[in-house]
Amino acid sequence: MTKELIEATINGEPVEFLCEPRQSLLEVLRDVLNLTGTKEGCLTGDCGACSVILDGRVVCSCLVLGVEVAGGAIETVEGLAEGTHLTELQQTFLEDAALQCGICTPGFLIAAKALLDSNPDPSETEVRYALAGNLCRCTGYDKIVRAVMDAAALMRQRQSSSSSAKQGREA
Amino acid sequence: MATNTIDSSSGYRVIGTRPIRPDGVDKVTGRAKYGADYALPGMLHGKVLRSPHAHARIKAIRFERALKLPGVKAVVTGKDLPEGENKSVPLGEMSVNPRYLGHNILARDKALYQGHAVAAVAAVGLHIAEQALELIEIEYELLPPVMTVDEAMANSAPILDPELRNEEQGDEPTNIAKHTQLKRGETEAGFKSAQTVVEREFRTAMVHQGYIEPHNALATYGSDGRATIYCSTQGPFEVRGMSAAVLGVPVGSIKVVPAEIGGGFGGKTTVYLEPLALLLAMKTGRPVKMVMTRAEVLRASGPTSGSHIKVKMGCARDGKITAACVWLAYEAGAFPGSPVAAAAMTVLAPYAIPNVLIDAYDVVVNRPKTAAYRAPGATNAAFAAETVIDELAERCGIDPLEMRILNGAREGTPHPAGPPYRRIGFIETCEAIKNSPHYRSELNGANRGRGVASGFWFNAGMQSAAMVNIHADGTASVVTGSPDIGGSRASCAMIAAEVLGLEAEEVRPVVTDTDAIGHTDVTGGSRVTFATGMAVFQAAEDAMRQLKERAAKLWECKPEEVEFRAGKFFAKGNPDAPITIKELAKRLPRTGGPVSGRATVNARGVGPAFATTCIDVEVDLDTGKVEILRCTVAQDAGRAIHPAYVEGQMQGGTAQGIGWALNEEYVYDAQGRMLNAGLLDYRMPTCPDLPMIETIIVEVPNPGHPLGVRGVGEVSIVPPPAAVANAIYRAVGVRLTELPMSPPRVLKAILTHSGQPSATAWS
Repeated sequence: MTKELIEATINGEPVEFLCEPRQSLLEVLRDVLNLTGTKEGCLTGDCGACSVILDGRVVCSCLVLGVEVAGGAIETVEGLAEGTHLTELQQTFLEDAALQCGICTPGFLIAAKALLDSNPDPSETEVRYALAGNLCRCTGYDKIVRAVMDAAALMRQRQSSSSSAKQGREA
Repeated sequence: MATNTIDSSSGYRVIGTRPIRPDGVDKVTGRAKYGADYALPGMLHGKVLRSPHAHARIKAIRFERALKLPGVKAVVTGKDLPEGENKSVPLGEMSVNPRYLGHNILARDKALYQGHAVAAVAAVGLHIAEQALELIEIEYELLPPVMTVDEAMANSAPILDPELRNEEQGDEPTNIAKHTQLKRGETEAGFKSAQTVVEREFRTAMVHQGYIEPHNALATYGSDGRATIYCSTQGPFEVRGMSAAVLGVPVGSIKVVPAEIGGGFGGKTTVYLEPLALLLAMKTGRPVKMVMTRAEVLRASGPTSGSHIKVKMGCARDGKITAACVWLAYEAGAFPGSPVAAAAMTVLAPYAIPNVLIDAYDVVVNRPKTAAYRAPGATNAAFAAETVIDELAERCGIDPLEMRILNGAREGTPHPAGPPYRRIGFIETCEAIKNSPHYRSELNGANRGRGVASGFWFNAGMQSAAMVNIHADGTASVVTGSPDIGGSRASCAMIAAEVLGLEAEEVRPVVTDTDAIGHTDVTGGSRVTFATGMAVFQAAEDAMRQLKERAAKLWECKPEEVEFRAGKFFAKGNPDAPITIKELAKRLPRTGGPVSGRATVNARGVGPAFATTCIDVEVDLDTGKVEILRCTVAQDAGRAIHPAYVEGQMQGGTAQGIGWALNEEYVYDAQGRMLNAGLLDYRMPTCPDLPMIETIIVEVPNPGHPLGVRGVGEVSIVPPPAAVANAIYRAVGVRLTELPMSPPRVLKAILTHSGQPSATAWS
């Protein structure tokens, strides 16, 4: 099958790749680009393990074709941390023991990031519904929900202290 | 952030704290390598052709066209595997029959379930392999499918395996692979002395472990006859042993490298793809990678048994249970080996009942061969027994927790299938729930109810090995062969740190391959922190003994004169010369070389686990949907090494039990084809389906373990189905006797109970 050359941005970096029209974005990420942090759980969009952010929206990368992302911006789990500096979400997932086997973790981190990007102060119910597309079979979700709420609180704290510092400078 | 404070209540410094797990950063950055993340140069992709029929004779397989497709390198069928021995070999929590195992890997003359592997292909690309499957022609002769234990046990039932016999039926072909009976006392006399007798019949659906990571394997084979298998498994040594048995090659010729594992819950204690990938690698001389799709996982890996259960139980006026009869028939799947014997041994295990008769039947049906699932066999049986106990309590006017405390097993109570219990914590779990804020709170509102139930699991000991290496800077590594499925690296590191006077972060745990460590049985049976933890404890003590010898050498005293206190070595009577492990580590090269502690165990002293769970529900009378409002689980951990991961096991097992209770089931059509082989229709609990799951860790130390550990991985799945059923009864006055208690079934029961024609409900 003829391959197409696709240009996109992945985790802030411009990327070119060749892919067959039938290959999913998940297959491209894992098998073409070696970005294996994004996981395959079902290939039918039901488990959320392959969640990535595409142009600001959470999508199941198993339901998107590689050729569809031409010109798009993709965020995967590999792009969350800045160098060795973990994000608040990654840190609270560790501190709250929000993972056991860890296979669903990349998808949950992506879905939670998308939630907190748009809603910095979600209620427990809002967190649960934002994560409804991600299955976890190990944790019963309890510690995951707590980790997301804790990360939200840390992020709000950081933002308010940086904005008060800014105000302090302005004053 | 570690909180390594000294817990004065336990006397431990590291144990009982909550350090960040050592493999955590890899798992939140996408760096952790699971089986499907491995790739090798020149690798081929393998796919499996599966039977579309539940029961069929394979008349012919023609694969010449597939072989001719460019890029296809090999096709294998059952004829490529040697015939295994037809005898039972104990392996892990379940036993294994090499013939059945081989026939499940690739069917021979019969396909015994929809999804049964019939042929496998290796090709240069995944999609070419998929295309090749379509070019294989199989000629089937359809046979009538046998889908339930009732059908399979009927006199005129079609026979799955014409060679199958059981001890009681002589030379008569049968679908009943085994009948087990447990008996104590005289049940007839016991029922005569009862004032209240309840007799009920139950059915539970086949359910799947539902791990998010599909099965995977990558195998290599060299001209030297040596093979390596990379895979996500709970038991690398079992993969090695089973693959060798299926392929007829020496155990020592295979090395298994355990990748990170994305859930297992018992389902990854056996083999499906591993021998196939190796067979294809042997045929082609190239690495072969295979990964199941989700539909393959559901149709063709090992779910746990659906069952038909009858329970009769009687109690005296004061609530004391006088007798119990239990009849259990479990679907084994296509080959013998359901967990029904475990069900028989667990079903009444929390109670002291003088007169007991339990009959258990292992029955083959045209469904996938069952595999272990978290406390295998116990949950179905507890659903039945724990709802009958609830009904007895209600009829006697006794609080359901008081009923359990009154009849509960304690130290010295004989286990139904074994010796008396040593110190156990069953009563303590009941007391913990009784005193919990949850149970003491009032539950108000229409159609709401609260239910409790308890559960038992043996836990397992078995074999483990461990090494503890002291590094040049005084930190350490701990090497084991136990795949880490839920935080066991953390508990192993903490145990070694406790003994060596180090911080948890100063011990790096390593899970290694089958050539690099002594035989280690499965990560299963709640055994890793118990048995591998015991090996780690002993290996760390061995390292400590060697360190004391080195200090003695430095001080020219006897090793027994060296003491280790608060992280420092002292020579007795010479308190001015303490030396830290870090200082001593620098001196190792000049005092005899490296220090490496070792231990192997065949762990005895297993401490049984008990859990008691309280669940509040609200039932929607219009739809039959059951909402979980609140849930608290109390479980005896013996000793919680890392409490956060103990809670995690309790919460995860409870969530699986709730899924089993409410929604999960294998749905088949009349031809035995599974109708819901995907995660949309096989309905596992999602995040909005559940409330927070409150946990109470009970610690009644296991006298058989140096740290009091019992093992915590399994028992929490056992109580929820019965707790939910008992809660539904309190909410709407209807006793549900079939799992799952899905909306149609609950609605039908409500309408039938209220005298409305059930035809108005969904069937």
